[in-house]
Amino acid sequence: MDNTNIYTALYQENKELLQSLSPDFLVKLREDAMQHFIQKGFPGKKDESYKYTYLEPYFNNGYNKYLSPKNIQFDVNEIFHCDVPKLDTHVILLVNGFYFDAANPLKTLPGDVIVGSFAQAVKEYPELVAKYLGKYTSGDSFVALNTAFSRDGIFLYVPKGKVVEKPIQVINVLISDEELMVQHRNLVILEPNSQARVVVCDHTLSPNKFLTNAVTEVYLGENATFDHFKVQNEHNDSVQVSHTYFYQDKASSLRTSTITLHGGLVRNNLNIKLDGEGAECHAFGLFVTDQAQHVDNSVFVDHAKPNCTSNQLFKGILDDQSNGAFAGRILVDRDSQKTAAYQRNSNILLSDEAKMDSKPQLEIYADDVKCSHGATVGQLDEDALFYLRARGISEREAKLMLMYAFAYEIIDEIKIEPLHVRMADLIERRLRGDLTRCNNCAVNCG
Amino acid sequence: MLTIKDLKASINGKEILKGINLQVNPGEVHAIMGPNGSGKSTLASVLTGRDYAEVTHGKVSFLGEDLLDMVPEDRARKGIFLSFQYPVEIPGVSMVNFLKTAINEHRKFKGLPALSASEFLKLMREKKEIVEISSNLTNRAVNEGFSGGEKKKNEIFQMALLEPKLSILDETDSGLDIDALRICANGVNKLKTAENATIVITHYQRLLDYIVPDFVHVLMNGQIVKSGTKELAYELEEKGYDWIKKEVFGTEDAQ
Ligand SMILES: Nc1ncnc2c1ncn2[C@@H]1O[C@H](COP(=O)(O)OP(=O)(O)O)[C@@H](O)[C@H]1O
Ligand SMILES: [Mg+2]
Repeated sequence: MDNTNIYTALYQENKELLQSLSPDFLVKLREDAMQHFIQKGFPGKKDESYKYTYLEPYFNNGYNKYLSPKNIQFDVNEIFHCDVPKLDTHVILLVNGFYFDAANPLKTLPGDVIVGSFAQAVKEYPELVAKYLGKYTSGDSFVALNTAFSRDGIFLYVPKGKVVEKPIQVINVLISDEELMVQHRNLVILEPNSQARVVVCDHTLSPNKFLTNAVTEVYLGENATFDHFKVQNEHNDSVQVSHTYFYQDKASSLRTSTITLHGGLVRNNLNIKLDGEGAECHAFGLFVTDQAQHVDNSVFVDHAKPNCTSNQLFKGILDDQSNGAFAGRILVDRDSQKTAAYQRNSNILLSDEAKMDSKPQLEIYADDVKCSHGATVGQLDEDALFYLRARGISEREAKLMLMYAFAYEIIDEIKIEPLHVRMADLIERRLRGDLTRCNNCAVNCG
Repeated sequence: MLTIKDLKASINGKEILKGINLQVNPGEVHAIMGPNGSGKSTLASVLTGRDYAEVTHGKVSFLGEDLLDMVPEDRARKGIFLSFQYPVEIPGVSMVNFLKTAINEHRKFKGLPALSASEFLKLMREKKEIVEISSNLTNRAVNEGFSGGEKKKNEIFQMALLEPKLSILDETDSGLDIDALRICANGVNKLKTAENATIVITHYQRLLDYIVPDFVHVLMNGQIVKSGTKELAYELEEKGYDWIKKEVFGTEDAQ
């Protein structure tokens, strides 16, 4: 299979448009990315880093690909129609990868915090964007593709020492009357000693096939703190490849959780580079799959400097014929002494046909390190199940209680209280099989 | 209340229970004693519906119904309670949620409405006193990090909440110090009525000083080889199980 041509042709067709919309640095980034992509092509079936998820067939001609926002009729109120106590957030809406509030593309929040459209930031703050964009992304073909084509997404800039009090909530909506491919690009810059919290919700609101190839870059300056929470809730005909890069300077602190409630095929690449002493990160993931769904979490933590701590906990609950994968790579450089790196992956298979691949990969070149990793794939604990039933609790309810308990370890890590409550509820509904379209965002969005 | 007739059960094709007969009536306390490995816990498992032991022969009726036909939760709802020899820790399931769910499933079965939050708390408070269990424990996950004694107290606490008709206490005394043992035993005694019955499984006589049985049965090699009154327990305590082996099997190595 070779779908590379589809994208080289698309690039040629739109080259002028892309160039006219991009400052010089971005023109060059796009050009280089495209060259890289052409040279490398899509990861093949045997590619080690994509061995559980073969994506090229989905990057086909079937999806419409727009490089400018296409007008779409929908009811904004419906998106915000939720029924839980309100979490006070700054809400940002992306529709099909484009910033929705065209009249107000960049906002300034208290403390000279800038938040809004990535496309607008490229226009208004080209130097700032140029300084960070693509600086630490990897040579991944999908990322190159995104760099070449992405036009819009979210931009957040928090100046030195500033704290964004309210969480910023990004609602990514896919809604279309045709099959659609979406590639957005998000850039978050946290200057030294700054703090922010971002909640991202991905939803499909129409039954069309969607293909997403999104890239998010987050730069944490010295002593910055970032809390990142992403919930994916897409339908069975959606394909999502998401790449998130966290670059961490000295003593910075990151918490990131990805909860995949629902999705057709999901591949999440999480890259964390601990590039300053004393940095620490906590990465959590949870997915629930059934039917023919597929979720693959691939994590790479790079301990590039001494004295850093990383902690990964990823869990999956798989039913029916669904598939899951986890690949967790930890790299500890030769000079990264006093590293502490932990990784745990646990999965529960609810059916005989569900399948989970778990692959830890530790490359440790320093000698004074604390490292641990463990992976389990199992069933619900029979003893616990019997204990509950022996107290009169039905088998179905007992199983739900145990699944929920298994998931709760991840929910418990959500430190934003209303979000915690909301996610607990959504996970329970998901496990019960009654997640509805009304449950489409993680928090009430007012 | 409970009638066991010629019950045989196997685990992985190996016969563990080899023809048990037992009749338990309301108001009675039966002790089942026997050496380790004689099949006491297996009998408890078969009665409560744990499926690793396969019943190959015999009948068990409970309140006139065929017990072996029922799923474990129905047996529980109809009034069978097992105090586990090894209560399992269930991280992530809170005691409160667990107890509330269990109580409300029992109530639903009886056609009663679910308890309100305040009714439930009141009930908890009331029953906690029976086994002197602290709120510190009921605020945790089920059995998680409980000491051996706390786990056993928790079993009796659940018994108090669910008010079973037939309680099977599997080695409730094992791993308990004398104080915890007294508390558990007192709890069981307080819950005793003329309508309910108890089967106390143990291999020491010690517990029977506190929970006084009406009948004592010796289970050995998958069979009840001797039945008597509480004096039989003292005799066992004094002479060990070997004399029974000799008496019954004519040899000291019956297995
Ligand atoms: N889950 C099991 N799988 C296989 N064998 C078992 C299992 N549980 C008990 N057994 C066997 O059944 C026999 C009776 O065990 P058990 O009923 O636990 O005895 P007791 O409670 O009297 O000590 C023993 O030989 C034991 O090894
Ligand atoms: Mg036993």
